[in-house]
Amino acid sequence: MSSVSLARSTRARRKGTQVKRWLFGLLGLVIVALVWEGYKLLGPADGFVIAGTRVLPRTSDLAMPHVWDMFSRLFEPVTSAATARPLWLEVAIAATLTLGIAAVGWLVGLVVGIGFALIMQRWKPAEWSILPWIILSQTIPLIAFAPVVRSWGSRIEIGAFEWEDWMSVALIASYLAFFPIAVGALKGLHSPDRLHIELMRTYASGWWQTLVKLRLPAAVPYLLPALRLAAASAVVGAIVAEVSTGLQGGIGRLLITYAGQASGDPAKAWAPIFGAIVLGLVAAGSVALLGLILRKYRRSEVTA
Amino acid sequence: MKHSTRRIAAIGAAGLSAALILSACTGTGGETDGNGDGELTEVKLQLQWLPQGQFAGYFAAQDQGYFEDEGLSVEIIPSGGDIVPQDALANGDVDYAIAWVPKVLGSIEAGANVTNIAQIFQRSGTLQVSWADSGIDSVADFEGRKIGSWGFGNEWEIFAAMAEEGLDSSTVEIITQDFNMNAFLSGDIDAAQAMTYNEYAQLLESVNPDTGEQYTEDDFNVISYEDTVGAMLQDAIWADTERLENDEEYQDTTVAFLKAVIKGWIFAAENPEDASAITLAAGSNWGPSHELWMVNETNKLIWPAENGIGFIDEEAFNRTVEAALSAVNETGARLITEEPPATAWTNEYIERAHQELEGEGLDLTGEGFSPIQVTLEEGGN
Repeated sequence: MSSVSLARSTRARRKGTQVKRWLFGLLGLVIVALVWEGYKLLGPADGFVIAGTRVLPRTSDLAMPHVWDMFSRLFEPVTSAATARPLWLEVAIAATLTLGIAAVGWLVGLVVGIGFALIMQRWKPAEWSILPWIILSQTIPLIAFAPVVRSWGSRIEIGAFEWEDWMSVALIASYLAFFPIAVGALKGLHSPDRLHIELMRTYASGWWQTLVKLRLPAAVPYLLPALRLAAASAVVGAIVAEVSTGLQGGIGRLLITYAGQASGDPAKAWAPIFGAIVLGLVAAGSVALLGLILRKYRRSEVTA
Repeated sequence: MKHSTRRIAAIGAAGLSAALILSACTGTGGETDGNGDGELTEVKLQLQWLPQGQFAGYFAAQDQGYFEDEGLSVEIIPSGGDIVPQDALANGDVDYAIAWVPKVLGSIEAGANVTNIAQIFQRSGTLQVSWADSGIDSVADFEGRKIGSWGFGNEWEIFAAMAEEGLDSSTVEIITQDFNMNAFLSGDIDAAQAMTYNEYAQLLESVNPDTGEQYTEDDFNVISYEDTVGAMLQDAIWADTERLENDEEYQDTTVAFLKAVIKGWIFAAENPEDASAITLAAGSNWGPSHELWMVNETNKLIWPAENGIGFIDEEAFNRTVEAALSAVNETGARLITEEPPATAWTNEYIERAHQELEGEGLDLTGEGFSPIQVTLEEGGN
């Protein structure tokens, strides 16, 4: 076999694997739909109740609308108003706004998280004093935190800059996102072998050079899972903060308003849930893209 | 290794520009500063929930330019799950807030310094809804049944009405309701809490799986708290007590604000369809028939207003206080333990607003008000 045809067949095989992967992904969706409909058809009308707690839902159309109803509802207008957009578009627009806010939160979390990690790596006492606070910060419940952030934000006005409501949401998202990044990055910065660090020292390189040439590249395998975790946290944080502060236009807002319409229009309430799922996938996918760019440094990945 | 540093820098730059683009995209929402006319006084109004027909009068005042006519530039701020209007007011985040009287009485006892300046809703819109064949015709029938409540300060009318019947929370099973009526429709709740303007409509928009048709009013038993001693005053406009006492500009702004709000609610009473459309345009997510129902039912809670819209009836206020004093919820907590201070309410500003509007030929008492008939579509759509 010539080298050309070998390369061609490898490419074809790789393409085949790609197709297979998508097929399996689709198959997964179909199985979920089948399980849903199967349970709805065969499950007890009142669900399963163990010791007064319902562990499996009722099978009524109210609790579990048909898969096709939920799907076809997506392509109907949101309401009967003349200006109403199709439901999927309304959800997509809302999801885009939330994604934007989550992305800003994620980026702020990235800067703050890496900043903390650098400070803690540079000065050992800083690590001792800051790290407990970073961990403690995550124990504050969001519902206590959200009104405070909005209240403070509403008072910020510097020149032409005025704090807007979406910034409160982004700040809360970043508050959740910075944590895994700070912890992951710190672990990554500490990861190079003593051997390599000492080698750098024999080259008479300073902290900065060691950081740029050794520690940062070594931190990448630790950082990538942390970034993925942070992306998921930022999305969840953004959605919860939207609900909590009542921000208009995002997916969190649609979740509660459509939940209020679930008695008369049960299928509608599921649309923003699907939107939130797609949103999470897109966020995680974007980080995977980042991993592709940094693939040179991904020798082995370590879970954060 | 040199090029890798550059690459990292490039990624950083790409990330930064992405952030800037995103912030530019998202930064366009909700700008409401009164540019152009520098003389408008900036006012922030905190609602107690998302934009909906319950607040149609404020959106109408905004849309029809009544606020601007009074020299105000008003930002109407919707609330979310965790924003408490009277707290936002007491913190100085906003200038006025819409909230139910009993909830604020609790906040006042906890130290909030706020004053009721206009009792927009003259009567209570809370219902307890059960199935027509459930045998629950009055509060006394609650005993031993599963009673739905939203909690979070929305439950006090239930407990006050029960207290009058000699019932307390241990004699019923209190079940927390969420955003919709599914728990009631599925039978988890025997009698569910419902507002005339919202959740009751949600029931009438739902399809009866047995008939394939929407439920009708005949399917339900309705207990209105307005007919019980548990009735409490609901949507009122609250202002900052201290600023009312010391800040003359705020006093004038308050009167101007109330004048515009009055005109807004009169507009909603006379043009419910338009008010509903305005509310939808202001960001409400309900379907048009539900929104119109909401505006119409809200109008019924406001009009007629014997002493003029927003006037606080001392007797009704005292009844609310008495009911609040008597209520104990399922956790054994009391809403308030003593009478609120005299600063809790005042008719001074609403009376001034009435006087200033006198010559304008407005129907301030709603003498000529008559509600419309609204047909609810399936799902409220």
